[in-house]
Amino acid sequence: MNFYAIRAIYVFEMSRTWRTLMESIASPILTTSLYFIVFGAAIGSRMGDIDGIPYAAFIIPGLLMLSLLGESISNASFGIYFPKFSGTIYEVLSAPVSTLEIVIGYVGAAVTKSMIIAVLILITAYFFVDYEVLHPFWMFGFLLLTTITFSMFGFIIGLWADDFQKLQIIPMMVITPLTFLGGAFYSINMLPPFWQKVTLFNPVVYLISGLRWSFYGVSDVAVGLSMVMILVFMLICLLLIGWIFKTGYRLKD
Amino acid sequence: MLLKIVNMKVWVSYTLSSLRQTYEEVRVVPIISIRNLSKTYASGFHALKNINLDIRQGEIFALLGPNGAGKTTLISIICGLVTPGEGQVLIDGEDNSSNFRATRSLIGLVPQELAIATFESVLATMNFSRGLFGKAPDSIHIEKVLRDLSLWDKRHERIVNLSGGMKRRVLIAKALAHEPKILFLDEPTAGIDVEQRHSMWGMVRRLRENGVTIILTTHYIDEAEEMADRIGVISEGEISVVEEKTVLMNKLGKKQLTLTLQAPLSSIPDELSTFSLELTDQGNVLVYTFDTQKENTGISDLLRQLDKLGIDFKDLHSSQSSLEEIFVSLVRDKGASLKP
Repeated sequence: MNFYAIRAIYVFEMSRTWRTLMESIASPILTTSLYFIVFGAAIGSRMGDIDGIPYAAFIIPGLLMLSLLGESISNASFGIYFPKFSGTIYEVLSAPVSTLEIVIGYVGAAVTKSMIIAVLILITAYFFVDYEVLHPFWMFGFLLLTTITFSMFGFIIGLWADDFQKLQIIPMMVITPLTFLGGAFYSINMLPPFWQKVTLFNPVVYLISGLRWSFYGVSDVAVGLSMVMILVFMLICLLLIGWIFKTGYRLKD
Repeated sequence: MLLKIVNMKVWVSYTLSSLRQTYEEVRVVPIISIRNLSKTYASGFHALKNINLDIRQGEIFALLGPNGAGKTTLISIICGLVTPGEGQVLIDGEDNSSNFRATRSLIGLVPQELAIATFESVLATMNFSRGLFGKAPDSIHIEKVLRDLSLWDKRHERIVNLSGGMKRRVLIAKALAHEPKILFLDEPTAGIDVEQRHSMWGMVRRLRENGVTIILTTHYIDEAEEMADRIGVISEGEISVVEEKTVLMNKLGKKQLTLTLQAPLSSIPDELSTFSLELTDQGNVLVYTFDTQKENTGISDLLRQLDKLGIDFKDLHSSQSSLEEIFVSLVRDKGASLKP
């Protein structure tokens, strides 16, 4: 294992985060705060409880997930796309570094950044809503697994994209709609029976449901199923990254 | 006493023979060996066609070729940037695909483009490069490299603030950060001024003296002429010639004798038709091209004949064709008759 290389990539990526602190960290926190103000304080005060949880508190896991999915994807995708765009990727490709080490370096940095944002959002939420976390260990586990998985997914998007526009397509056209329709702002039990079944094909449902369970002990789907779905998605991402590096798709040709 | 002297002689002879053998081994065993290497891109472009090439340890090898000849593709495959097609690349005896860790750690690459993380400081990017190649931090080595390249004073400067020439030197410094045994310089002096070019040539020579093998591609033929031990010419994906620089220049270089005449000639007299002559500058200059390889260059015969014909001259000088002229003729003819 080339630990020095992992550290070099990680330090390089994190230094980019500190360099662009406002865009990296302040911006997602500000956006989430706006959601808390509008949906939590303003509209939430007129909404009834869901599953016995006040609406403002109910949406915290969904908002957290909405922010984390976007951040994980954009951090990791930009991290690998920019060296491709600027040509500096030559150094990583010519170095004695394995695919796994490259992934650990880039994805590790994206995960760290996303987890920092998650913690800051949770702290920010305290200023707007009273909430408690029932299973902090599982909450941390869900957050970590989700950020790892979606950072890997972002890494794949960064490898695949050959222009800046493509970097935005998947997060904007796929991830954001899936998150909104995945129970971020409502329980899927509130949907008509037919749409309840359809929504089970949305993978984000399992992520939000699992995270909400770790907060309040209530979930739309079984917690074990949520965990399995995250792990399955993670495995698919790993296999895809392995294939990309093995074939050199959009990297070495 | 006699026995002692005999023993001493035998020992000296044995030691000399061992040293010679070791020297020959170092000289002969290639540090890079390319066998039947071909590459066709997905677009169908056949970039490399059955390349066979050995690079000797400790030499400066210049790879010359026109744009699109395959130089960068060849370097990229050796360094792992491009997936190879058919064939094999051995670095220090190891396959560069199956044993990529061992082989890549030996290589430093300076790319043609100024591809560099511009918002980093010089020192940070050096540490990044060294770490990437699996080496523990070594501030003494980093300082030495930066001082050698006159970058030490700029170590805390962000790269975006440096001039083009300095950025080029940072790229070289990055390639040397992990102490490679092989250094690829893909157009290293593009865009830098004459003084810096000479300083870079000096640095390359010092690296070679320290045992680093250098593979150089350049559009400045005088650069190759100045520095290279051997020259390889690649054209349309094929290596057309690989030769020691001095041998190549002797073998393919033409020598010319230029005579400035006292009175202009309207045409070359028939008596001189056996000589390869050309009349230029409105009949005032007679240029004789001769073969340096031949025992008899024909100069004496020509001068005698001129004297006999009463053609007087006020000045004469001889010149040899440059590597650039040889290169142009090789590429034009694709070295059809010069394959090694």
